[in-house]
Amino acid sequence: MFKKKECVAMLLAGGQGSRLYALTQKTAKPSVSFGGKYRIIDFTLSNCINSGLDTVGVLTQYQPLLLNDYIGNGLPWDLDRTFGGVKILPPYQGNQHADWYKGTANAIWQNMEFINRYDAKYVLILSGDHIYKMNYAKMLDFHKQTGADCSIAVIDVPIEEASRFGIMSTNEDGSIYKFSEKPKNPDSTKASMGIYIFTKDKLQKYLEEDSKNPDSANDFGKNIIPNMLAAGEKMMAYPFEGYWKDVGTIRSLWEANMDLLGEQPALSLLDEGWRIFSRHGAEAPQFVGEDAIVENSSITAGADICGIVRNSVLGPDVVVEQGAIVEDSVLMTGVTVKAGATVRYSILDENVTVGQNATVGEYRMTASEVTVIGADVTVPDGTKVPAGSMISEM
Amino acid sequence: MTAAGLIFSNIHDQSIPEMTRIRTMASIPYGCRYRLIDFALSNMVNSDITNVGIITHYNYQSLMDHVGNGKDWDLARRSGGIKILPPYVTAYENVGANKLYENRLEALMGAVNFINKCGTDYIVLSDCDVILNIDLNRVLEDHVASGAYMTIVTKELEKGSYRFEKPVSVLKVDEDGRIVDLEDRCPERGNVTISTNIMVISRADLQNVVSDAIARGLKSFHKDIIAKNLKKKLIRAYKFDGAYSMISSLAGYFESSMKLLEGDMRRDLFHNGDRRIYTKIRNSAPTKYASTAKVKNSLLADGCVIEGTVENCILFRNVHVGKGTVVKNCILLQDTYVGANADLNCVITDKNVVIKDDRRLSGHSTMPFFIGKNETV
Repeated sequence: MFKKKECVAMLLAGGQGSRLYALTQKTAKPSVSFGGKYRIIDFTLSNCINSGLDTVGVLTQYQPLLLNDYIGNGLPWDLDRTFGGVKILPPYQGNQHADWYKGTANAIWQNMEFINRYDAKYVLILSGDHIYKMNYAKMLDFHKQTGADCSIAVIDVPIEEASRFGIMSTNEDGSIYKFSEKPKNPDSTKASMGIYIFTKDKLQKYLEEDSKNPDSANDFGKNIIPNMLAAGEKMMAYPFEGYWKDVGTIRSLWEANMDLLGEQPALSLLDEGWRIFSRHGAEAPQFVGEDAIVENSSITAGADICGIVRNSVLGPDVVVEQGAIVEDSVLMTGVTVKAGATVRYSILDENVTVGQNATVGEYRMTASEVTVIGADVTVPDGTKVPAGSMISEM
Repeated sequence: MTAAGLIFSNIHDQSIPEMTRIRTMASIPYGCRYRLIDFALSNMVNSDITNVGIITHYNYQSLMDHVGNGKDWDLARRSGGIKILPPYVTAYENVGANKLYENRLEALMGAVNFINKCGTDYIVLSDCDVILNIDLNRVLEDHVASGAYMTIVTKELEKGSYRFEKPVSVLKVDEDGRIVDLEDRCPERGNVTISTNIMVISRADLQNVVSDAIARGLKSFHKDIIAKNLKKKLIRAYKFDGAYSMISSLAGYFESSMKLLEGDMRRDLFHNGDRRIYTKIRNSAPTKYASTAKVKNSLLADGCVIEGTVENCILFRNVHVGKGTVVKNCILLQDTYVGANADLNCVITDKNVVIKDDRRLSGHSTMPFFIGKNETV
């Protein structure tokens, strides 16, 4: 227990998430808020601990401050361990090299020593920008049983959407014979979820070769996986069924939040057997006032609701004052919507204040796009923010 | 100036027998997500008192489970932190030491090692039946500046604003803030000043109090230590002005909980600048309000699912209110499940209670209907 870990998880959390625009100006995508009291990375971290994986390296690069702070010693996820636990792995200056992480594969290659310190036989590669609940232990069993060198988790997607994903073409036994990144004419609907388990020795071999190739993009999808396939290594597709969403765009982030609502939500967080953990402060209970109307919404600690909230997901310490209306929206930690203001079909990042009688966004039916307001922005009293706006300063 | 804290977790257990049959006063759930001890503990942590002993007596399993190693209060420390002080019972005949304590002085005798070893200049004593958010640093500063032997935090209650169903310490305070009289009785009318039982005393003096009590067989902290010394020594009152409530019965518990629905009480307790109230983290999901939910003037914890009507209620974590159900003026503790088309008024459910479909239950605010832990109606 104190000498060796069978499997080490490496969580790629360095991505900028540029398609989230205003939401990732000040922070990396994995630390963007989700579902009220969570951050995107909570799902992967909770999946790890719920799967019995207690050694997780988190590779950071872009705007890591909030993420460092958030993960801390890993206590909220029960990942504060004497041996193992969660470790933040930023790029560092080495004896031979001092580099930023040049690609996903390069990031892992630079931290091979971390993996070897635990004498791990298997390495699980994860990305910190997906919302899903998955038991990695089952995938590891599958990997061991099939004797694969690399197992890739795949999910069935509608054929018309397949060209947005990395698509695996498989034989009947689940082995992969072809991998095509965003193919124009997909011949399979098995999309890669960006979750890989490698047998460590094979991973090390291919990462080393890749590191010596100056023309390589040092990317798993573009280089490592095709190289391994070409060399005839045993690659298996691990079929996953269940909720999985890439929240890399404003639209998909909004949708994933809305998936928490409704009588039979696509994604339920009330599952006691697979809890999602998060770090939170000591917020007071939520208060719903005398004239408030709250329907089909998710509200968490510290909220103070005196206005109308419908079809929305609200984070900690959100205040909706008397006469204010919030509909079809996602309000992150500390957002205040003042009296008489209206917020529709919008995402408001942390600590946004919407002034009295201001209007943000439009009815979902008529609005073209989700309206987004970045962290700490104050919308002055009476201002109208048109639908589809993307505001990081005001 | 350094201070340690000592919390009495059982002292008032008889106040709410309905709820303390299975737990200590300190671990009575309160205010959606807290236990009573959270207030005493958070007040200490928020005032930089990070060396805290909790004196326990019996039924302290739930308290141990709640407090754990103290990390939720940032009190899991190498030096100091939380120390649970269970009753000091030895296997040998040794009068006074091998039986459970019966009063505050005896409880202190059991904590004599903590008092001797904690090494701080002062000790802050606190009970678990008071609900308030107080900056103890100011009490300590006041205590040191005045040169008092002991400082007691007091609260003035206006006539008609209180109801006590057991004796409390009623104080007379002179113009200079000196306590000149102490009486343990049940105040009934008029404005009164009562002791919150939060007290500051120097550690050396507390050591003397305890050894003196052991030597002379003293029994009552109030009568033998405070009342007898009022003339000889300066015992001062520190007037606390913030929101306060004290729980002395089930009806009092109900009333005090309902006071949280008043903005002032809630803001003063929970939104008081940096002084937050900490509690054990449970990682419940956010609360879900269905399309059929009608919630008014209520305080809710996380993890609830609301499909019916909820008015003037305090709902703890993971409470379920089914479709067509109307819940008014109720306090539903953690994991209470109310089915569909039920009707509840002035009901307190303990943890894990199941109320099946179509049930109608009603109490009165002066006599709330209490349903014990794990019961099914």
